[in-house]
Parts: sequence; C-alpha cells; structure tokens
Amino acid sequence: MALSFSRSLLVLGFSALLCISVAAAFQSDELLLDDEEFGLEGGLHTKSPDLTYTRSSPPPPSPPTSSTSRKRFSDPDSDSKIQFQLHHAFGDSDFSPAGTFSARLKTWNHGGQTLTKLRFSRNAFTEEEKEKFALLLKGDDFYRIRLPSSVLNPPGRDYVISSVKARCLPRDGLDEHFVIHTDGINILAVNYGSPGACPYPRQMKLPGKWSFNSHTVLKNSEQAPRAPVFAEEILGGELGEGEVVPPPERSLWAKYWMYLIPLGLIVMNAITQAMNMAEEPGAGQPAGQAQQPAAVQRGSSSAVRRR
Amino acid sequence: MTLSLLAHFEVLTSYKNFHRSLRSITSFVVTATQREREGERVTMGTTSMASRVFLLLLIFLSSTNLSLSLYEDQVGLMDWHQQYIGKVKGAVFHTQKSGRRRVVVSTEENVIASLDLRHGEIFWRHVLGSNDVIDGIDIALGKYVITLSSGGGILRAWNLPDGQMVWESFLEGSGASKSLLTVPTNLKVDKDNLILVFGKGSLHAISSIDGEVLWKKEIAPESVEVQQIIQPLGSDIIYVLGFFGSSQFDAYKINARNGELLKHNSATFSGGFSSEALVVSSEILVTLDSTRSKLVIISFQDGEINYQQTHISDIFGDSLGTPVLLPSKLPGMFSVKIDGAVVFIRVTGEGKLEVLDKINNVAAISDAISLSEGQQAFALIQHGDGKIHLTVKPSHDLSGDLLKESIDMDNQRGTVHKIFINNYIRTDRSHGFRALIVMEDHSLLLLQQGAIVWSREDGLASIVDVVTSELPVEKEGVSVAKVEQNLFEWLKGHILKLKGTLMLASAEDVAAIQEMRLKSFEKSKMTRDHNGFRKLLIVLTRAGKLFALHTGYGQVVWSLLLPTLRRSETCEYPTGLNIYHWQVPHHHALDENPSVLVVGRCGKNSDAPGVLSIVDAYTGKEINSMAAIHSVAQVIPLPFTDSTEQRLHLLIDVNQHGHLYPRTSEAIDIFQRELTNIYWYSVEADNGIIKGHVLKSNCIQEVIDNYCFESKDIWSIVFPSDSERIIATVIRKLSEVVHTQAKAIADEDVMFKYISKNLLFVATVAPKGSGPIGTATPEESWLTVYLIDTVTGRILHRMTHHGSQGPVHAVFSENWVVYHYFNLRAHRYEMSVIEIYDQSRADNKDVWKLVLGKHNLTSPISSYSRPEVVTKSQSYFFTYSVKALAVTLTAKGITSKQVLIGTIGDQVLALDKRFLDPRRSVNPTTAEKEEGIIPLTDSLPIIPQSYVTHALKVEGLRGIVTVPAKLESTTLAFAYGVDLFFTQLAPSRTYDSLTDDFSYALLLITIVALIAAIFVTWILSEKKELREKWR
Repeated sequence: MALSFSRSLLVLGFSALLCISVAAAFQSDELLLDDEEFGLEGGLHTKSPDLTYTRSSPPPPSPPTSSTSRKRFSDPDSDSKIQFQLHHAFGDSDFSPAGTFSARLKTWNHGGQTLTKLRFSRNAFTEEEKEKFALLLKGDDFYRIRLPSSVLNPPGRDYVISSVKARCLPRDGLDEHFVIHTDGINILAVNYGSPGACPYPRQMKLPGKWSFNSHTVLKNSEQAPRAPVFAEEILGGELGEGEVVPPPERSLWAKYWMYLIPLGLIVMNAITQAMNMAEEPGAGQPAGQAQQPAAVQRGSSSAVRRR
Repeated sequence: MTLSLLAHFEVLTSYKNFHRSLRSITSFVVTATQREREGERVTMGTTSMASRVFLLLLIFLSSTNLSLSLYEDQVGLMDWHQQYIGKVKGAVFHTQKSGRRRVVVSTEENVIASLDLRHGEIFWRHVLGSNDVIDGIDIALGKYVITLSSGGGILRAWNLPDGQMVWESFLEGSGASKSLLTVPTNLKVDKDNLILVFGKGSLHAISSIDGEVLWKKEIAPESVEVQQIIQPLGSDIIYVLGFFGSSQFDAYKINARNGELLKHNSATFSGGFSSEALVVSSEILVTLDSTRSKLVIISFQDGEINYQQTHISDIFGDSLGTPVLLPSKLPGMFSVKIDGAVVFIRVTGEGKLEVLDKINNVAAISDAISLSEGQQAFALIQHGDGKIHLTVKPSHDLSGDLLKESIDMDNQRGTVHKIFINNYIRTDRSHGFRALIVMEDHSLLLLQQGAIVWSREDGLASIVDVVTSELPVEKEGVSVAKVEQNLFEWLKGHILKLKGTLMLASAEDVAAIQEMRLKSFEKSKMTRDHNGFRKLLIVLTRAGKLFALHTGYGQVVWSLLLPTLRRSETCEYPTGLNIYHWQVPHHHALDENPSVLVVGRCGKNSDAPGVLSIVDAYTGKEINSMAAIHSVAQVIPLPFTDSTEQRLHLLIDVNQHGHLYPRTSEAIDIFQRELTNIYWYSVEADNGIIKGHVLKSNCIQEVIDNYCFESKDIWSIVFPSDSERIIATVIRKLSEVVHTQAKAIADEDVMFKYISKNLLFVATVAPKGSGPIGTATPEESWLTVYLIDTVTGRILHRMTHHGSQGPVHAVFSENWVVYHYFNLRAHRYEMSVIEIYDQSRADNKDVWKLVLGKHNLTSPISSYSRPEVVTKSQSYFFTYSVKALAVTLTAKGITSKQVLIGTIGDQVLALDKRFLDPRRSVNPTTAEKEEGIIPLTDSLPIIPQSYVTHALKVEGLRGIVTVPAKLESTTLAFAYGVDLFFTQLAPSRTYDSLTDDFSYALLLITIVALIAAIFVTWILSEKKELREKWR
C-alpha cells in the first residue's frame, strides 16, 4: 500500500516535473535523450500492413506486441520500447510516413502505463515532397500530420490529426513543434505548429534549407487543485484571529485623500478670502495697484445699479 | 443616526467599486489596441465622471439603499414573474356536488394544477421532476386528486381544495410496462374505495383513504402487454385484458376483494393486432388487425373469447386512407378516423357494427360524460372558415345536438388538439356545457356560451430558445399638450415621492406611490429607451410558436405559429431548434425592421431535412421561409453582414457540407473573401471525438450550387473511449464584450488575459462515472477538463479532478471558465474556476516600450502562433446542485461579473465572480485585500439576499439568458422553465444612473433653496458694503 502510494507520488512528481518544464521555459524543450538505453533502435523490422511504401524513412514501426509488456508485468516498473509513426499530408493529399517517434513505455506496478523519454527521427523531404511543400507555401494551404491514437496497437480508434498553415514553418530551416497529449498508452491529441509566433499576414517564404528542426513535448494531464479542506481549525482559527489581529490601519491620509484635498483647497480658499477681507480696510496703500481695478469694478457695478 | 452611518458605509463601498472601474479604465488606456475605437474611451471617461457626480448626489440626497438585495416594496419594480403549466394532457373537473368551479389538469411539463374555471388562474400547482412523467389523473372519493407517475411507480393523492399531498405510494414491480389508472366508482372493499393501478407489470389495488396497497397481482411475467382494465359496474370482478405477442389475446378475471385470479383465458388471432384496443362496453373491445384493413371485435363474455372481423371496405366502401381508432371513450360505440373524416360506429349486442354518422373536419372528440341516469354526451370540435365549431351530442342519438356553437379563433393558435367537457345546470334547469380545449400552440382555452371565457398561453412553459431584439426608435412629433400633461403628472408624482421620502405621506399616498412605481407607463412603451431596459424577448416554444415578450411586464406583443414548424405531410415531426439574429439594422439601415432566423428540422434525428424561417421582429410576420432543405447539424452566425445588415450564416449539414445563407450574390462575394479564415469544430459526443474543419471548395454535385461548400478536417482529438467520455462543452458567448485585456494585480503588476473567441471548454468523465451520483466509487471516477483552441485544435490546458463526476455545468466568459461538478471523496458539490493568461504579452508592461512603440499589442493575433499561456485554478465547495449557469453581460464589459446559478430549488442565485478568483489565499496581503481579493474559504457563501429571484421560484428552471442593457452597470436576466422570470441586475450596483425612486423634487427644492440662499446672502452683503461705504 505504502509502496503504491509512493509510486503514485512518483508518477505525480514526474508528470508535474514534465508539466513544469513545459510551462516554464521552452529552452528546456529539447528531446529527452537517453542514449545508452536506446541502443536497439529499429531492432525489429516488421512492415505494418497499411504502409505499402517506405521511402528514405527508417523502417516503419514495429507495433510492440502486448506480450512484451505483459511478460514484464510482474516487474514493478518495467520499461519497453515502442515506436509509432508520424504521417504527413500536403493539402488534400493522402497521408504518407514522415518520421518515427520512439519512446519508452513505463509500466507501473499498479497497472498504469506511461510514455516517457520520447525521441523523434524526422525523414527529410524528398524532392517530390519539396515541390509539394512549395506549392503549399504558394497557396497558403495546410500541412497536415497525424499520429495513431493508440501507440500499442496503431492506429487505435482513429488517427489524431493536426494541421498548420505551411507558411508558419519555414524559418532558416523548417522549424516544427510537437506537443503530444497522452493518457497512458493513448494519444489524445497532437498539437503541431511553429515553435514561435506566426504573424498573421503570413508571408510567402521558402525555407533556407530543407531540414527539419523538431521539438517535441509529451504532456500528461495535470492534477487539479483540491478544494481547500480546512474545515474547522482554520476557519475557526481565522475567525478568532480576525478578532485578535486587526488589519493594519492605514493612515488617515491614505484613506481619505480624496476628501482631504478638496477640503484643504476649500480651507485655503477661505483663509485667503478672510485675509483679503481683513487686509482690505486697513492696508489700502501697499496694495494700491491691486485695489484700483477692484474699486473701478465696484464703481461701475454700483453705477449700473443706480440706473 | 444609523441611517447616516449606513449611507457613509455605502459611500465607501460604492467608491471602491467606482475606483475599480476607474482603474480598469486606466488599464484599458494602457492596453488600447487598434480594435477599440478612440471614441469609446472618451465617452467612457465622461460617463464615469458624470456617474461620480450622480453617485455623490445619490448618496447625499436620497437615502436609497444601493445594496444588491431588494426591499419588500421593490419587488415587481424591475422584475416580473409568470406562471405556466405546459400543454395539458389530462383534465378532471370537480363534480357538481363539490360546488367549486375548478378543473385539475396534468400536463406534459409534469405539472398538476388546479385552475379556476372562471378566470383560468392557478389555485395550486405542483411541478414534478422531469423524470416523473404523469401517466394518469383522476378524482377519488370526491376529495382527492389521484396521480399516477413515473411509469406506474408512484401513486399520489392530493387534497382537492388546497393541493396538499395526502398520501404517496411507491408501487413495486418488475419490468416496465404501460401504466393504467382506474378509479372505479363503486368498488368497495371493507368500506374502502379501491384504486386499481396497473404498472410495472403488476395490478395493484390501493386503498383510496391512505394509499395502502391492499393486494398485488403480477401479470407481466408472460410479457402480456396489458391494454385495459375493466371493472363491470356493481360486480366484484376485474378484467385485465392484454395482448401477448402480436396475435394472442389474454383475459384475466380477478377477484377485486383479494386479487385472486379466477380465470385466465387466451385465444390466438391469426391476423395479428396492430393498434391499441379500445373498450366499447364492459364486454367488448375493438382493435385493428395488423394490416389495418379489418376491424376486430373482441368479446370476452364469461371468459369465452370470440373474434369477429369486419373488412374496412365492407363498412366504408373503397377508401384510400388507413383507418385510425380514436382513443375517445364513448359508450357502446367507437370512432374511426379515415380519409380525414370521423366515422362513429355502434357495436350492437351481437357484435354487429352499425355506422351511425360520418362527420368531416373533426379536430378532436372528448370522452363521454354522463348527464343524468343513462344519458351520456360527448363533444366534438370542427374547424371551418377561421372559426371552430363545438358540438355536443347525446351518445344515444347522434342526429340530435345538445349544443352547437361557433367561436371565432385566432388563427395563430392552430388546430384543436384536445377537448375536455364538463356540464352544469343552467339557470333554466337545462344542461349547459363548458369545454376546455388544448390548441396546437399548447394554449389552453375555456369555451362557454359560445365565447372564449379565458385563455392561457401555456406554450410559454416550454421555451426552446431566446433572443432579444431592440424596440423601434421613438418617432419625433409628440404633441406639446401631451408633454405638459406628462410634466404635471411628473411633478405630481415627484411631490408624492418627496412626501414619501420625508415621511409625510399618508397611507393612501404610500399606496399611490407604490402603484405608480409598479405601473409606470414608461416600462411598457413600445419604443427604445435611453438606458436600453426595454427590449423584446423573442422566444421559440416547443410547439413551434414564436412569442415576442416585452421586458416591461412580460406581456405578449405578438405571436406567430410558424407555418414551417407545423405538422404536415412533408414534415412529420417538426422541431424548433434555435433562433438567431438575422438582421440587426444599425445606422444606415435603420428604416428596416430587425428580423430573426428560426432554424428547425423535420424529425427527431439530426439527418432530417431542415426548415428555416425569417420573421420580422417588430410585426411578427414571416418574411421568408425555406422548407425541406438539407439537414442542419450546426448553425454558425458569421461575423459578416451584407449591405442591408443581414448577417451571413453558415449552416453545416450532417455530411459536413457548409451552406451559406442568405443566398445572394453579395453574400457570396463577402464570403469568398473570408473563406480561408472560417474554421469550425464539431463534437461527436458518442464517439468521443472533436474535429476541426475548414472550408475547401464548392460542392461537387450534379446540380451546381454556389452556396454549398465542401469541408475538410484539419485537426482531431480522440478521447480514449475506456477512460473518458464527453459530457459538457461550452464556448464563450459570441456577443460578449471584454473591456480590458489586462488585469492589474496587487503589486502594481499587470497580467494579460488570454482572450480568444475560439476557446472551447470540454469536460469528460470516466465511463463508469457517467451514471448518476452514487454509482461509482471515487477511485473509478474522474473528471478531466480541457481548454481547446478551436482553430488549431491545440489543447491549452488539461486538468484532472480525481474522484469527481458529473453532471457538469459550466460557463465561459472573458478568460475564465467556471464549472460545477460533484466531488465523490468529499461527498459535496464543487465549483472550480480556471483563468487563462497570456504570457507572450507580459513584456508590454514597460512604459518606455509602449512610448517607443516597441510593443506587440497592435499586431494581429494568429492562432497559429504558439501560445504561451499560464492558467490559474482553484476549487471550492458549493452546497447546491445546479440546473443552469450563466454570467452577467454588460454593454462595455467594465462592470464586474456575477455568476448566475440556477439552483436545484428553482431559484437564481447571483454569486460575485470575486468569490471564484484563483488568486484567493487564506491570508491575503494588504495590497491584495485592497484589490478586493476575498480571503480563501473552503466553500462558496450563499447569501440569502443575493437570490435574484427573491421569494419567487422559476419552477422547472431550464435556462438563464443575460442581455446587456445600454447602461453599462445593468444587465437584463431572463430565467425560463415552466415559469418565466425577468429582472434587471446591477452586479456593481447602479453606479452610473439614478434609481427610479430618486426624488427629483427633493433635488429641485434643494437647488431652489440654495439659489434663494445665494440671493439672500448677496443682498445682505450688498447692504453691508453700502453701509460700510457710507460710514
């Protein structure tokens, strides 16, 4: 029990780590290479029935029979290597192989399986494909890719498809970014696109060199935050504390500046007026210059009134 | 003293709100993009300044309370509530002896109600749950209403006068079957009247006094499809009659005293039975054979079953139509509908058939009622030249009429669907009849003495969709006299209000004030008002009728029974789907009336052909209609309009072809320009697949159709079928306005909201957890939520709630989504919030960059750029289960939001969005508190004053619609179900206007007093000055 708990903690921790690495910065989005464990790439050569031709691509995947995983099921967290193929299509054309993903299938002792350590080998475009891609660029059309929805028995229920406007890919080379959303051995969705921005009036631009620069990320589901289960102690504590520690009192100024400023202005105004009134009778001489127009004003106004 | 304190408090809180809106305005200025117009900013500034002045006036001059809750006398001021019952399917009248003129009805909305026969008002009403369908209704002992519901599972007795439940019996049984309720009049067992119920495969005898099950006899194990229960008058025998398979008739003879099976006979019939059996007399049943060409008379006298077959053609001659037995219960005879006419056939004792009469254009026939000893009568309704003709005939003599009346009928009510009659003794001791008729539009009318006594628009109990429309602009040229009179009235009113405010008003004055407030004619004017409170609510009901309700008092402005949604030869099961704004005229097309598009389909499946109607929103006239077009799977209102402001709509059929409407060349030109920028998605909930589509080219068909486009899939998400099942998808409301793209947070920092119209919220549950709550353990149930960009199919956020399950209700607004689900571990409902923020624009906080223009705020946003988003999320417990979720919408989106929750108690609760803020923490810092962050609690508070529906209930609540008013602070909310409720809400209080009860007179007097004071002081100072000069 405790063991499985710690295992699940480990899973959580790992997926959290994965997510954090995804969310935080994308410099770390490099392939999780683990070379010494992947010595047997392309070890099994079996043609999958739906593929009639393979061009310059590495041999098509060997769907690992369930026996491999079943066999090592007793082992708490056994690994098995699996491969699945990426297909692509230009515009409305049919899908053809475009590369191979390989990953390790980790089997946990509670029966769950997760994909880890994904790596990707991309086939280079053939001349024909280059032409097709250039056509897509010209027409601002879609470059489509697909992955099987189940990695153990492809294609599973259906392929998951993703598309991008071809003009988003070319930079120096062809930059692409895969986010593969998995749930155990199932692939829910693949998000495909350029690793950066793709500004809207998409400019027609041929890639400098026809080589792919691929980034791949595996994503699992996050755990949702639990509702805060602080039933009595914290609620009660908070209530009690609320009485004890009043919120830090702000100064009068900070609180009522909006009332104090007009009040200040009014007071200032009143004071100056009072001073004027006080000065008026006594100090006529020093302010003679200023007094004159006021007197004139008063005279004229009284004249008006007399009429 | 307390009053002034309160007012002071109000100032502070209101100021805080105001301050927040000011801050949002400043942040708006920072983030202003090209998309927002300059003018708006200026007007917002000025309105808010004006609002400040008004606010201060409001606080100091009137002691009106600004809080969200209402005072008792404010009920009905801004809200209205209407009660309905739905389409009546059964009715029983009170007997003569009980003396009360009432009728008890059961409806398709699972309502039982007692209605006043004089006025049609509801005396009492009970709304049973949506899964508690009423199968039968009757009266027992003259004082109880008996209802059978839930497929024969629940029998209830309600007290006739007040509707209180007297008893309730749960009937056990195995298997589902047709359920029948019979209340024999004279079947007594130990001084106890029996109620016979057939349901769940068993016959139950139930005491009508306390609902106790006296005996139970299982009938169904042999899978007999029971058709009738007959209890011959004055005997202790019950016959249970049914079909076994399609060709065997079974009769069970049961002792009514103890349920003992006395005899069981069965006989096969080679022809097979096709329809339901109809009782003609206590020993004879009538049915049709499987080819519907023969009438079969089944007699089961003394347990001997005899069949007699008669060819239809022998009776009617050669006819083309297929006969249909009408289910009306008539003594000794039955009625057959054939070739549009109804034929009455009497069955004589030896099983002979005798055609009595053939009547054309019959719409409905009632059951027979007994007038006196041995005399029975029934009513039938005929349609003809805009009138309906009601005829009451004695059942022994069809040639004579007891009553013949013609009544003018509004043709918007359609045909008569059902009729129930009742008799009474006239003043001259003759028999009078009243008829309750149910129309095609589900309205209920009472006919008596050749007139419609009352009518109820009960179609409004089954609203399918709602849109709003503006009212026409007020025309100029109002006469001066009218204005003067209004001025006088206005002054008088305000003097009265002043009296009320100064507590000088007498009781009559108070009553007058209250009446004036409730009946202000302003509210029901048929023109647009300055604040945008007056609108038309255009609702589509399940009957296929459109109603325009005025938001003032909810009165029906016009109604239209849509011809395209009426049952016809070509359209067997028409269903209305949705309403859309078809044409919303703005400045340059103001002389046109706005119109709405009603989309329906001719059948229950999504591949049925669709129907479209375009209806003028002011007059309620159908402008255009298209019937039997392609199927309609999705309707996408496009953000483009043509020169007459008609909105372009793309209708997607089941083959994923897009069809453009309106079908004009101008529309196609506009559409072709934007063809590459149109994306949509489809959800296949059964398969667990969501797909994204884009338009490709014109359809490849035999007939060239320029308005038809093929599509292709550009992305797909396949949810693993063994672990996830889609249960909810929610998008943002397309009309929502977001005011500010940035959110200022406590430490002088700014976060940019990720605002995209293309976000889709999807919730999936584990297949085991998709049943009702309690069927799955926490370990095997989980809930996963997704935020998906519908252009690229990118999953922006994905999160699992372990140990949780549906049903999920969600609402999406701005950059957040709030959803409600059940937490199995905590045994409580929970609500969660997800907010999504854009990190790619986080660098724009630097003012210098902004000044130098080195920001990316004005660059167009493309979904193909990789988004850098962060999400914040938090969960809270919530007490209630939820029927509907909505969010308040305001004109400019400045006002803070409230989540409107339709609770299980059929009320609407307004919950401030601030309670659903993922930045809440247990001990917020001072800065956070200042910002308005509420300390974190584990559950969301339910404040009794925040019920929008105050003391009322919106029975059978199904949906909440919110519409912004022109006044920024106010939003209009309409909740519908069996009842309708409408109100105005001001989530941040009405900071930008004075309330209706603002005392202008007091303001006027204050101003006059001030001016007077100025003059007095001026004169005094002049005098003083003069005195000083003369000194």
